[in-house]
Amino acid sequence: MTGFKLHFATIFVLSWRNLWRNHRRTYIMLGAISVGVWAMIFMTALMRGMVDDMLDEGIRNLPGHIQIQHPDFLDDPSVVNSIDEPDGELLVALNQAGAKRWATRIKLPAVIASERESRGINLVGVEPDAEADISGIPEQISAGRFIESNQDQGLVIGAKLAQRLETRLGKRVVVMSQDPDNNISERGFRIVGIYRAKMPGMEEFNVYAARDTLQQLLKIEGRVSQIIIVDENFRDIDILYQKIRQSIPASLEVMPWYEIDTYLAAMFNMMDGFVLVWVVIIFLALSFGLVNTLVMAIFERVREIGLIQALGMRPALIVYQILLESLLLLLIGLGIGNGLAILTVKPLESGLDISMVAEGMAMMGASSTLYPSLTLYDMLMANGVVIILGILTSILPAWRAAKMDPVQALNTT
Amino acid sequence: MSAIHCHQLCKTFTQGDEVITGLDHVDITIEEGEFVCLSGPSGSGKTTLLNAIGGLDTPDSGEIRMGDIRIDQLDRGSLADMRLHHIGFVFQAYNLIPVLSAQENVEFVMQVQGVAAASRARKAAEILREVGLEGMEDRRPAQLSGGQQQRVAVARAIVSHPDLVLADEPTANLDSVAADHLMGLFSELNEHHHITFVIATHDKRVMSYARRLIRMQDGKIISDEAQ
Repeated sequence: MTGFKLHFATIFVLSWRNLWRNHRRTYIMLGAISVGVWAMIFMTALMRGMVDDMLDEGIRNLPGHIQIQHPDFLDDPSVVNSIDEPDGELLVALNQAGAKRWATRIKLPAVIASERESRGINLVGVEPDAEADISGIPEQISAGRFIESNQDQGLVIGAKLAQRLETRLGKRVVVMSQDPDNNISERGFRIVGIYRAKMPGMEEFNVYAARDTLQQLLKIEGRVSQIIIVDENFRDIDILYQKIRQSIPASLEVMPWYEIDTYLAAMFNMMDGFVLVWVVIIFLALSFGLVNTLVMAIFERVREIGLIQALGMRPALIVYQILLESLLLLLIGLGIGNGLAILTVKPLESGLDISMVAEGMAMMGASSTLYPSLTLYDMLMANGVVIILGILTSILPAWRAAKMDPVQALNTT
Repeated sequence: MSAIHCHQLCKTFTQGDEVITGLDHVDITIEEGEFVCLSGPSGSGKTTLLNAIGGLDTPDSGEIRMGDIRIDQLDRGSLADMRLHHIGFVFQAYNLIPVLSAQENVEFVMQVQGVAAASRARKAAEILREVGLEGMEDRRPAQLSGGQQQRVAVARAIVSHPDLVLADEPTANLDSVAADHLMGLFSELNEHHHITFVIATHDKRVMSYARRLIRMQDGKIISDEAQ
């Protein structure tokens, strides 16, 4: 160990001083690494912010962070598989678990018909007061209003569905579904609101009505399809999920969003892969400069490498020295790049106005204000990739240096 | 350890289509504490022989022993260890590490050997004083004259008291005063520390310091005389 420390001290001094032999080249390389690392982290923060926004919107509006429902509801989302409105024991369980924001919903397949067209829809009965606290739909009303009370007789549909049905605000439509006895239940609703969702798919399928109104229509008074619970952050719901699972009666099923909506979960997981690919691509561009710098630095001192071999430095220590030079260069570049990223992302975390490209962003389900999200995980990933790939790309020049013939190297002019 | 035995050493080089003989069946024994000069015209094989003895180059055939060790059969790592612990090199072109100061250049070999910092700093300062470079410890090679650089190289070669010092034209870039000073230093180290010196040179003044003079031509030893 002492020997290692002594070698390290010697090699560190050599590596550090070699790094500053050619100041201009080192500064250029540091600039490239710093800007590359900054770009990796900055762009990742923007992407992460955009995807988080899309996911949060999708999760809050559809499954919520956690759902409680009948065990058969996911396979057969009909009124038969409904549960009692939470009261007594279940309310106590939710409170004990720490669920602060929750709402009940009725959700079932239905058919909506205007005077011209009809479509299959996802009919959602909501409690407007609770809904305002957990989903973004009330804020997305583009014409008219959202459901105002549990007994509201109006209907809120998406702009795209209105277009398909060739109907508009104030017009009447008929909604049909089945009651628990498999009888058709239907009634006319007036369209009181039209919403524009960030995720266009939602606009075409989700139709909102008051919960109690739907209970009467379907003859399921006192029963709901789901209890939707929303926590602070969709990423960190596991603790609450476990607590709820332990608290609620066994006859109910509780599921986290990522098990209910596997599409959103796949998007969430894909983001990590996306970030890795992005970081690797930027690094590949950087690696040419890094390898070139190291190769030039080695060509510049072929004679010196021959000398240290002649003096008795083992080839492995020469590899070690070149790799240490590379590591020092990478670490300084990473330090500067990370600093730049923090300095530029932090002030933007309160929101970056991208309304100039809002239409394009809306197509992807993102809002016109981007909230860059700088996460420790992304920073560690960018730093890890740069260090690991940087060292790997430095192995070839280091190996070439160690393989030099000392006599030939000493005779190099 | 320092007795060197070379038996039937052969080495050829190719330059384009031409085959050049570096060493042609060389047999030589150098005993511990000897002060030997290798002389001969350019291309006679002096440097090739030094490089082979120092393990910098491997012969095509023949044997080289340093004590009980067959140098010609060692791998690169073991050769590096042998040079580190037993051999000091002085090259014609000084060959100092430009990013290190005079003191750090002298300490370099000891650092790689694993000598503790305080001990190597003391030894380096002593040897630099001995070669007349007191007060110049912190200068980088570019801030030293040719003679001063060569003295740093000599200090580096002898500071860890190697068994053998191999010097290739050590005075080639020095003026006569500096050359005499350097050879005086070599003689003193040979006499007082019993370090074996093998010096390749054209310089008659250098040869005058030798107690054994080996002449080479076309890769062969043509004479081997005690002086």
